[in-house]
Amino acid sequence: MFIAIDKVFTLENILYLAKGACLSIAIAALSLLIGLILGTLGASGRRSKHKIPKALSNIYVTVIRGTPLLLQILIIFSVIPSFYTAFTGNVLRIEPILIGIIAMSINSGAYQTELIRSGINGVDKGQWEACETLGLSNWQTMKLVILPQAFKRIIPPLISEFITLIKDSSLISCIGAVELLKSSQVLGAQYFDVMSPYTLAAIFYLIMTFVVSFIGTKVEKRLAISD
Amino acid sequence: MIKVEHVQKNFGKLHALKDVSLTIERGDIVSLIGPSGSGKSTLLRCIHGLETIDKGSIQIDGVEMDPSNTSLYRQQRNRMGFVFQHFNLFPNMTVLENCKLAPIQVLKMSDSDAEKVALEYLEKVGLLDKKNAYPNNLSGGQKQRVAIARALCMNPEVMLFDEPTSALDPEMIKEVLEVMKDLGNQGMTMIVVTHEMGFARKVGTRVVFLDQGEIVEENTSEEFFSNPQSDRAKDFLSKVFYD
Repeated sequence: MFIAIDKVFTLENILYLAKGACLSIAIAALSLLIGLILGTLGASGRRSKHKIPKALSNIYVTVIRGTPLLLQILIIFSVIPSFYTAFTGNVLRIEPILIGIIAMSINSGAYQTELIRSGINGVDKGQWEACETLGLSNWQTMKLVILPQAFKRIIPPLISEFITLIKDSSLISCIGAVELLKSSQVLGAQYFDVMSPYTLAAIFYLIMTFVVSFIGTKVEKRLAISD
Repeated sequence: MIKVEHVQKNFGKLHALKDVSLTIERGDIVSLIGPSGSGKSTLLRCIHGLETIDKGSIQIDGVEMDPSNTSLYRQQRNRMGFVFQHFNLFPNMTVLENCKLAPIQVLKMSDSDAEKVALEYLEKVGLLDKKNAYPNNLSGGQKQRVAIARALCMNPEVMLFDEPTSALDPEMIKEVLEVMKDLGNQGMTMIVVTHEMGFARKVGTRVVFLDQGEIVEENTSEEFFSNPQSDRAKDFLSKVFYD
């Protein structure tokens, strides 16, 4: 099984995998952040009184949550360049990493839409009324009172969303982005031993997810001071 | 100062308020009392505009409150302070921040001016030492006193209280009533939905007794408690006082 472990286990290869791991976590973090913006927009759409934004965000959530992430990545990977070609006649080459970030942001945004929506709905109705009697506008109420409380409630599910994104970033290896999984495959091909680099990759993923959930618990405890 | 004329409010098929008319003068301390479901909280919420009325009108100093006249309506509402049964303090802010928020955001005060006002009212309610505490670390009575201070920071002309002591442990009730009494002594106009008959009698100047969405009896506090006119009021008083 681990036939070439001594050859794989060198500083140079470990650093190579670490570089892939850094890329994976960076992609996940960026997607989480952009997803947060998309999710906030989506949640406001779903809560909107107007029909069009409401319908749009409903479609967004239904379509994205109802189809596999891998398929979304592949579609965006082929759709953007072919649109570009159709309109300009030129060939477009985009970094697969960029495609990955776009696809994962859109995907995460749909999940975060539901997360943020439930977070907002979970804030006591009395908070809105208190703001109303103090003369605050709806926007001030949302920004200063409701969202801070809603975000605090959704930190635990947001952390698990981040962990999911770290793991799911491995999917973009299939469009050629050299993140952690792809790095380990490269090493596997080089030494004719996939087990050793795969195991190392698994350890890297575990370290990343463990650290993230550890930081998450710390943050949660800090925020709980006001409870 | 506040005039309620022929106000009706329905929740679906339930007639919460049927043709209620009421006048509140400056300096009045009006207690709204009555059995649960009588519409007293609904009336209070309608006066502030937390509920929209279906018929009738509410006027402040002769000017009708009209939600479609947005900016005037906002100004009118800002002349009233509201205290809730469940306090509704902002748990993500300290006591001081709770008080400073609206003066800064709505009245556009500077941070230091807002702080001065907030500290003044926190001192008034006796909670200056808790200014940096978070609401969830306070007792019920302390929370309600903060809520009163927070409403006062907006410098209202009328204070509306919606069962301010109903969610409190018995030993916390008095500290809140004391604060309200002080407020009344300083001439604040107040409308209080309450089950505290002792407060209504001693501090209140007038009593409005509601039942099933109607005003059944309206009188000065002393007269109402010593000599109720209607049978329903007599019945109600005989049930709430345990001899």
